[in-house]
Amino acid sequence: MTYLAKPKLHHPDLPANALGFTRRDYEGTISTLCAGCGHDSISAAIIQACWELAIQPHRVAKLSGIGCSSKTPTYFLDKSHGFNSVHGRMPSVLTGANLANRDLIYLGVSGDGDSASIGLGQFAHSMRRGVNMTYIVENNGVYGLTKGQFSATADRGSKSKRGAVNTDEGIDLAILALQLGATFVARSFSGDKEQLVPLIKGALTHPGAAFIDVVSPCVAFNNHEGSTRSYDYVRNHNEAVNRLDVITVHREITAEYPPGSVQEVRQHDGSLLRLRKLSEDYDSSSRISAMSYVQSRYAHGEIVTGLLYVEPGAGDLHESLGTVDRPLNELGEKELCPGSAALAKFNASLR
Amino acid sequence: MVKRIEAVNDFVVKFANVNGSGSASANTLFAKAIMRMGVPVSPRNIFPSNIQGLPTWYEVRVSERGWLGRRGGADLMVAMNPQTWEKDVVEIEPGGYLFYDSTKPLPADKFRSDVTVLGMPLTAICNATYSDARQRQLFKNIIYVGALTALLDVDVAEVERLIGEQYKGKEKLLEPNLKALHMGRDYALEHLPCPLGITVRRTDKVGDRIFIEGNNAVALGALYGGATVCAWYPITPSSSVAEAFSKHCSKLRVDPATGKLNVAIVQAEDELASIGMVIGAAWNGARAFTCTSGPGVSLMTEFIGLAYFAEIPAVIVNVQRAGPSTGMPTRTQQADILSCAYASHGDTKHVLLFPEDAKEAFQLTADALDLADRLQTPVFVMTDLDIGMNERLCDPLEWDDSRTYDRGKVLSREDLEAGQRFGRYLDVDDDGITYRTYPGTHPKRGSFFTRGTSRDRYARYTEEGSAYVDNMQRLVRKFATAKLYVPEPVLTDSPRTAHYGVIYYGSTACAMDEALAELEAEGIPIDALRVRAFPFQDSVIEFVNAHDHVFVVEQNRDGQLRTLLVNEGAIDPARASSVVHYDGTPITARFIRRAIEERLSAFNVRPMRRTAAAGE
Repeated sequence: MTYLAKPKLHHPDLPANALGFTRRDYEGTISTLCAGCGHDSISAAIIQACWELAIQPHRVAKLSGIGCSSKTPTYFLDKSHGFNSVHGRMPSVLTGANLANRDLIYLGVSGDGDSASIGLGQFAHSMRRGVNMTYIVENNGVYGLTKGQFSATADRGSKSKRGAVNTDEGIDLAILALQLGATFVARSFSGDKEQLVPLIKGALTHPGAAFIDVVSPCVAFNNHEGSTRSYDYVRNHNEAVNRLDVITVHREITAEYPPGSVQEVRQHDGSLLRLRKLSEDYDSSSRISAMSYVQSRYAHGEIVTGLLYVEPGAGDLHESLGTVDRPLNELGEKELCPGSAALAKFNASLR
Repeated sequence: MVKRIEAVNDFVVKFANVNGSGSASANTLFAKAIMRMGVPVSPRNIFPSNIQGLPTWYEVRVSERGWLGRRGGADLMVAMNPQTWEKDVVEIEPGGYLFYDSTKPLPADKFRSDVTVLGMPLTAICNATYSDARQRQLFKNIIYVGALTALLDVDVAEVERLIGEQYKGKEKLLEPNLKALHMGRDYALEHLPCPLGITVRRTDKVGDRIFIEGNNAVALGALYGGATVCAWYPITPSSSVAEAFSKHCSKLRVDPATGKLNVAIVQAEDELASIGMVIGAAWNGARAFTCTSGPGVSLMTEFIGLAYFAEIPAVIVNVQRAGPSTGMPTRTQQADILSCAYASHGDTKHVLLFPEDAKEAFQLTADALDLADRLQTPVFVMTDLDIGMNERLCDPLEWDDSRTYDRGKVLSREDLEAGQRFGRYLDVDDDGITYRTYPGTHPKRGSFFTRGTSRDRYARYTEEGSAYVDNMQRLVRKFATAKLYVPEPVLTDSPRTAHYGVIYYGSTACAMDEALAELEAEGIPIDALRVRAFPFQDSVIEFVNAHDHVFVVEQNRDGQLRTLLVNEGAIDPARASSVVHYDGTPITARFIRRAIEERLSAFNVRPMRRTAAAGE
């Protein structure tokens, strides 16, 4: 059960990060998801990414909607405040939270039902507003908690466990995010930790709307023949276009790469995104070619993964609104209340 | 021949216009000029859900006695809209006056014999003076205002001053407006029987009162109350709350050092997102509000249930309009009382505040931000279109500079460091209100998981029935605690012993003041209680029980506040009956008085003395 805390005892030799924390300090309670669930791998990747980045756990706010994926924030970062909100409405709650305090790191975790069906509107609008967040969709193409109905990301023609064929077109949230102006868009696979962890790190350090669509097979309802979200299917159709290294200022590493095979993006906070190209003709600095590439490969049955697009000079909603640098939740009467003199002036203008 | 109406500082002028014709600013000018003469006026917009071409009316009640409610009927009709001519002419009181554009002759059967007809060839005058079509339209409005100054003895110098203020810095526009004003005035003085039987006489009954729309006051209340996040979705009649808030913030919330804003205002994609943002912001320690109307609240209800159960502050301004969602969005009602009091799924109850006018709306909006933080729950500020979208005379807005924001029970980093025990839903003070922490406060202590699902006192997920009941009972205690914080009802005791009482709230107040005075003058003593909040204090229930019978006067069909009283208070339902008005127009003193008289005569109550009936 979710209230069963994990024992905090750990091996004395577990490595510590720059803050002196071990990976265990980024964990949560024991997962109640099915054994083998892709979502648990994503939780592990989040823990790994936060540990590697040496983020202070309490400076993360983790928010989710409703569904299997939305239960996962309980299973990582138990020193963070969490908010399991309303089905499909995590983006608005996260947006509000971000407006209140721009200094925290916002991690939104959602699923394909939560974001592509009931929450498609809020997903879209949080992207176009450029909310500074890491928005992860744990995408399995199926409703888990309600036992096996298709979700809106299920591919047309794919089969449910009971043999029903999905006749509706599937929604590609990464393509939507690209079209809607997200400034960091990636896709990955829960079974590829090596690819996923750096993408989460890149998203967490990105100063704008970062979206990661993580294909995450559902072992209970969508891991069969005829599914396009099964472990086997994704492994056989995964076309990774690049590998990302996130290099924070403090820990510069040097490596030699053949010319033209590496793309580097310096972010606002000084961190460096180094992309090793796996597909020579993939350019993650162009929104339009990213969309075109992903869709043309999809037409051939391939799932493109990797960092699909990143905008180096990305800004966020606070920048658009022109809000002060200080968190709004720290402001008091002095900054907020103009006082009786201003009111008297206002009254005088209304006589 | 009906005697023509004779009255000084006590009449109603109604303007019938076409919307989009620029009449609104001219009509406001007229109302304000009378106010500047020290005579109380109360104007009301009656407008369609449309931008251009449909009928719109502007009613100005002039009342030296200071009655600000709608009176009903019109003593002078300024009939500028041929589409509504028939209806407008019918509405004139016998002996009243009809002012119209006489450019095109109308057959005699279009007029009434019992009203004084005042024709002025406005179109002809404009066509002769102006060549530009838009100018012909706009100046026509100023020209009729000029004529009215002569007809009603309004001091033209006041209108001139107002035009001067309006076009300060735009002197090019000033001269032509003044010229049009005098053109109208001179024509009337020469050709019409000036002054009419109804006139304005300078007096000093306005005092230091201000003339303000409720939505503007709400916006300022939110600003003074320390709201830093506003998320909203356009819906009539509430949109101007957010627009006014933005406008005020662009002046009053600018950080002097950087020029950046101490506020974040987001026009959301819908009401679901608006309330979601408010809840997210408040969860994270900012004061946040949204403004909407009934249909918006309907859309927000799932989130409102979450906020109630997860105990997150939220301020929701509901500028009520006639329901349902479409049809009468530009008409007023108080029909969301029950839908707000019990909004959402499961067992919920919410705090409601009922301001009577703009002044109180300012105050209660600021208070709502304190209350929401104190009680950690959604708080509704229940205004309506009548308060929100009409300029109304009210006392100047006040702010006590020594006032500090009540942020409620929040544990700081220091509190947590000092080892204060923290259970998010642990009732340590026995008032039902528990302590909370903002995200990011302390590296090791004070984090918790917020959820709509059930949990124990330490915010740990549980499906135990006993933990659920424990929590729900605490929420009941918290709601009882709310009674100590919400504004007290206002009692108006009849000077004589009254066996009957009346309960009312919100925008009904201005009509009720007048109705009570009329009833008193007729020798019918009534005690009155203006309810300002839900949950009801014990004094509200005691008021019902202390009278033989109580009339609950409200602007909805089903007597929603009465239902709430019966449901929440230990009262005998037979002791309270509803007096309801819900056709979308603001309730009038005439309506209230007649309804109460009828009920009382059915109870066989006779006036103790009869004086010359007031207001007849």
